[in-house]
Amino acid sequence: MDEVAVEVEHLARRYGRRWALADVTFHVPAGTVMMVAGRNGAGKSTLFRVLATAIRPDRGTVRIGGFDGVTQREDVRKRTALLAHHNYLYEALTAGENLQVVADHLGLSRDRVLPALEQVALAERRDDPMSTFSAGMRKRLSLARLLLQAPRFALLDEPYGALDPPGFDLVDGVVRELKRIGTTILMATHQWERSARLADVALVLEQGRVSWQGPASEVMAHEVRS
Amino acid sequence: MLGAALRKELLLQWRTRGKLMAVFVFGAAALLLFSFAIGPNAVALRTFSGGFLWLGLLLSSTLTLAESFHAEMENRALEGLLLLPSDPRALYYAKAIANWLQLALLGIALVPVMVVLYDAGTTRLLMLLLVILLGSAGLSAPGTLYAAMTAQLEAKQTLLPLLLFPLIVPALLASVKATSYAILGDPMGQARSWIVLLAAFDLIYWSLCGLLYGRVIED
Repeated sequence: MDEVAVEVEHLARRYGRRWALADVTFHVPAGTVMMVAGRNGAGKSTLFRVLATAIRPDRGTVRIGGFDGVTQREDVRKRTALLAHHNYLYEALTAGENLQVVADHLGLSRDRVLPALEQVALAERRDDPMSTFSAGMRKRLSLARLLLQAPRFALLDEPYGALDPPGFDLVDGVVRELKRIGTTILMATHQWERSARLADVALVLEQGRVSWQGPASEVMAHEVRS
Repeated sequence: MLGAALRKELLLQWRTRGKLMAVFVFGAAALLLFSFAIGPNAVALRTFSGGFLWLGLLLSSTLTLAESFHAEMENRALEGLLLLPSDPRALYYAKAIANWLQLALLGIALVPVMVVLYDAGTTRLLMLLLVILLGSAGLSAPGTLYAAMTAQLEAKQTLLPLLLFPLIVPALLASVKATSYAILGDPMGQARSWIVLLAAFDLIYWSLCGLLYGRVIED
């Protein structure tokens, strides 16, 4: 439990002249659920994209599972899955085909597609094109895509976004299941109260810097104070 | 990995096959306009038919090549594949092969239009087929690379031809020459050397572009 899974040191990333992440340092022990909170534009999504190696940092270091996020991207990617704002799905393909593409690229059996769809309650819609899906259904399909990857490190950026109340429960279930099998989870969300119940630790970002970190049970008190 | 990527590409092309019909109509319209430019001069039309066929295919290719990255960009699906992770070279070759097949089909479909409009019939159909296959390979390899480079830009429809056309001049020239010999006759046996030149350029394009693709889409 004490093994460090994610190590972020003095991380900085800018878009043009604006620093989205100014100086971020934190560690996450293996098997931990960390809630990453912060207002819009605080740098949460940028942080997750750097951790997933979708973009490179301008300064600082990231190590995931002991692998460097810049020089060992391939190793990081093999162990990490990102649930992003962009759902990474093909509009012209059906739900089932989208997951088959992922299974084929990962060298997994296509037999794993249906159970993943069942987990997000989309099995009956597997032959429907993505273009007919609502925003909530797309989010569910993205979750199924992540489950298919069975990652050691899961980065969930706004997992509750666009979902209905049963969808919220679904995300909670997915997080609990991932945690049960030892996945280290970072979860960026505006659902503070809900995710504080799931998370072990919390980190609050403000203008690209860590403004607070501590036990998840105390994050609500921090929010009230600030 | 290449097999998985190619399956995905072919499936995407099948799902969006209606767009290929629109591109064919565009190519056929371009051939018709070229015939208007020349006027009712049957000899000139037949003489330049090989060049017109390749210009029609080249103009059509900018539409299909740009379109082939639309599905990859709308939900950042390409980024999703890279993060799985997937080998960028496998993704490139799958996309380039799929684009090649599409352009070759388009080229073959435009031949009857060329025959009707320019009275450019030929009995050397196998040679013409070979030139279309090699020539469309010469368009698709660099075209796929440049389409990836410009896919995220607002001015992609303008930039893609600006970047692509100068690079493919040698392959285009060889394709036009070899096609002309297939249509007009080849008493001196010159077509062979143009076909060899075209194959050599294809080899260079397919090797180099595969190496560069990873840098283009990652950095």
